[in-house]
Amino acid sequence: MDVLYFAWVRERIGHPKDTVDSTASTVRELVEELRGREERYAVAFADLDALRVAVDQELTDFDAPLAGAREVAFFPPMTGG
Amino acid sequence: MEIRVQEDPFDLGAEANAFAARQTGMGAVVTFTGIVRDIEGGLDMMEIEHYPGMTEKAIAGIAGEALDRWSLGDVLVIHRHGKLAAEDLIMMVATSAPHRVDAFQAAEFLMDYLKSRAPFWKKEVAGGSEGWVAAKDEDEDALSRW
Repeated sequence: MDVLYFAWVRERIGHPKDTVDSTASTVRELVEELRGREERYAVAFADLDALRVAVDQELTDFDAPLAGAREVAFFPPMTGG
Repeated sequence: MEIRVQEDPFDLGAEANAFAARQTGMGAVVTFTGIVRDIEGGLDMMEIEHYPGMTEKAIAGIAGEALDRWSLGDVLVIHRHGKLAAEDLIMMVATSAPHRVDAFQAAEFLMDYLKSRAPFWKKEVAGGSEGWVAAKDEDEDALSRW
């Protein structure tokens, strides 16, 4: 699946997208896998309260299931308008 | 509804006129425009990032809810991304309705939700440093009134 990063999450990780082979069944498990990759991922995902997540372009929460998901995106709270 | 997410500037007057002109049987048009606010010391640039694909869907979902909740004729949302300068227009919403209360309330609802549920992120560049604009608690709290 594709994992996308936006705003300061993208800057901390250093690129906008990873394509991952994951066995994670929830977003929270995917975060654990990503944290284990490298220090910069651990830094980006240090505080989940500061992050929001979308699965297949729908805003959801960290307990959301990933079965069948094609795209997961992590980003800070949005500042539109 | 019409949703446009674009890098290019837009002409507020032309958009408002065109929106009003294509309404039939509507007694009210309300427009809101967001402008890049200058900051103390001067803003060099505001850079707006977004999530292509999700942005359009999220705005369409918010506009669809407004159309369900109020008696409206139509909704227009234009939101820019990319590099903007102080005083540039960031975005606009327009609503039409038979009566003004629906048009005003729907426009406020759209703005409250666009602020914290549409995937845009603002970065301010000023005086050689840059920083992401933090979301405000009151913007999140504003959603509870709906």
